[in-house]
Amino acid sequence: MPFPQALREALMAAFVALMLAIPLIGFRLADTMQGLAIETRFDWVAWGVSAVFVGRLVLGLLRGRGRPLGLAIKMPALPPNASTMFALVLGVFALVLPFTPLGDRYTVELAITVLIYVMLGWGLNIVVGLAGLLDLGYVAFYAVGAYSYALFAINFGWSFWLCLPIAGVLAAMFGVMLGFPVLRLRGDYLAIVTLGFGEMIRVILLNWKEFSGGSAGLTSIPRPSFFGFPFTANPEPGQTAFHELFGLEFSPLQRIIFLYYLIFALALLTNFFTLRMRKLPIGRAWEALREDEIACRALGINPTNVKLSAFALGAMFGGFAGAFFATRQGFISPESFNFIESAVILAIVVLGGMGSQLGVVIAAAFLILIPELLRDFSQYRMIMFGFAMVLIMLWRPQGLVAHREPSIRLGAKA
Amino acid sequence: MTALLSIERVKARYGPVEALRGVSLTVDEGEIVALIGANGAGKSTLLMTICGAPKAAEGRIVYAGQDITGTDLHDMVKLGIAQSPEGRRIFPRMTVLENLQMGAYLGDERNLSGDLERMFALFPRLAERKYQRAGTMSGGEQQMLAIGRALMSRPRLLLLDEPSLGLAPLLVAQIFATIREINRAQGVTVLLVEQNAYHALRLANRGYVLVNGEIRMSGTGQSLLDDPDIRKAYLAGGHG
Ligand SMILES: Nc1ncnc2c1ncn2[C@@H]1O[C@H](COP(=O)(O)OP(=O)(O)OP(=O)(O)O)[C@@H](O)[C@H]1O
Ligand SMILES: [Mg+2]
Repeated sequence: MPFPQALREALMAAFVALMLAIPLIGFRLADTMQGLAIETRFDWVAWGVSAVFVGRLVLGLLRGRGRPLGLAIKMPALPPNASTMFALVLGVFALVLPFTPLGDRYTVELAITVLIYVMLGWGLNIVVGLAGLLDLGYVAFYAVGAYSYALFAINFGWSFWLCLPIAGVLAAMFGVMLGFPVLRLRGDYLAIVTLGFGEMIRVILLNWKEFSGGSAGLTSIPRPSFFGFPFTANPEPGQTAFHELFGLEFSPLQRIIFLYYLIFALALLTNFFTLRMRKLPIGRAWEALREDEIACRALGINPTNVKLSAFALGAMFGGFAGAFFATRQGFISPESFNFIESAVILAIVVLGGMGSQLGVVIAAAFLILIPELLRDFSQYRMIMFGFAMVLIMLWRPQGLVAHREPSIRLGAKA
Repeated sequence: MTALLSIERVKARYGPVEALRGVSLTVDEGEIVALIGANGAGKSTLLMTICGAPKAAEGRIVYAGQDITGTDLHDMVKLGIAQSPEGRRIFPRMTVLENLQMGAYLGDERNLSGDLERMFALFPRLAERKYQRAGTMSGGEQQMLAIGRALMSRPRLLLLDEPSLGLAPLLVAQIFATIREINRAQGVTVLLVEQNAYHALRLANRGYVLVNGEIRMSGTGQSLLDDPDIRKAYLAGGHG
């Protein structure tokens, strides 16, 4: 890039940095003897802005004209079924994890969290990755699932296995409810409305105190039992506890491992369901609709039904995950369902490569584990997280796994 | 013979712009009918209006004895009308095979493999490229795919919008030969919009000339080819 152009771009970047840095870094609320006072740190701002200017200038001079940053890496050519192999290895690892030396309480709890996000990612992948409908309010369905499990279990004492399908159905109904008004919207407009919908659900939960407990949330949500055998050291008379059933020592880890396998199974269910759907006409219609709506209609595909089904099914899995979340935590409040959650789930789908099932797993592991591993750097955690995201987007702008698997091959039974 | 498709004084508007100003035409069962006209004459609009997008503002569209004037685009396939819309509109990220399969979306699963065989016999080029992403194929190959995809629904009436657009002369001849074969061997009635008036009129049993949203002339393909006005307006520069 010629010097004047690089200089201009660097000045622009420095200007943006300045505008952001003055309010964010320049002022600081300090606790002085006379009470609160505003301190200024314009030297910091100057350093930051200079760094942006120099960095951008160097980058601009190094970079070819009009070419994207030369960082993008090509994946080495992998054997055709490498991703299947990798997925299999991951699956087996996940299956045995609790019984390996790694499987202590902390790790298994963390793995449960990762799996919840994998499941949410797979659910949202139906809507965003396959059907191409940008949904920024997915967390609403997670909330619907969580609250419906919590309310049915607390008020009617219904078991997890009864509440799970109810949570799924209710979430799916909310999916359709959201789907109807947004059928005609696309792109940015769709994103805004879904974002509003997500917030709406949260605000309702926050304010409808008699129903949802408001900001205090719902407590003492029944914990799951092993098909009727509870995980307690001292079961009530007449009940058999899980450890008695199998003649084991009681250990709090047993319930955690059970939860782990529960979410593992739910996530796998989501995955197999999606893989199956991709081979059915309706699943292929999701993908086709993302590419060209007019062409779809010319082929006899009714976009209304197809979009609604994507919203409903994606929401259903969000609802399942929500029910699991509620029973795992034993406590839920609107706090857990704010926009950041939707953003993280969406980031998982986008980072994973929009539509790639394996990509979702890798991205979920990454997005959940990185902040966890960075715990020691607590102050800089979010900065490093953001930095990592930027790097990934530079390296793999298509997402981690950008390759799209064809849904059929002739010869092989589709 | 009664007409398979008859369009009666149809008007269509885009906002204040009147794109069709009372167009009437008929297509008989088993025919190939060509619709020619300059850019912006309203040819694509007419094909889309038959399919209900945009809906006709006035007039009637009758297909197989049934008034289909208000019917939605996505209900046309059920009636046996397939369309290869302007600009091909294949699904670029999907493979050739998946594109063809989308064409059979409403069809019977059991016919699928047989119909695919037929398509690959008709367009051997597509058979070689089954697993290629459709968006990476050449323009001509994409055109074959668009036609093949429309045929996968086993239509009775096929609407084609500029199948020869952007193709090299050799491929143009090939595409037109294929359209004839589809018509003869499979008995599909074809309504064809074309810029390439020479080839289109030679292929067609009958033709219509659309000027500024109105039918200016009609007749057998040969009679239109021989007409001096048409020669001047649409066939200048020899075999277009
Ligand atoms: N979506 C639209 N909105 C507004 N005007 C439109 C729209 N589509 C077409 N038109 C107008 O309607 C008229 C007819 O357009 P149409 O696409 O039918 O022409 P055409 O005969 O197919 O031309 P070409 O040979 O260039 O494809 C044109 O004047 C065009 O500008
Ligand atoms: Mg046109």
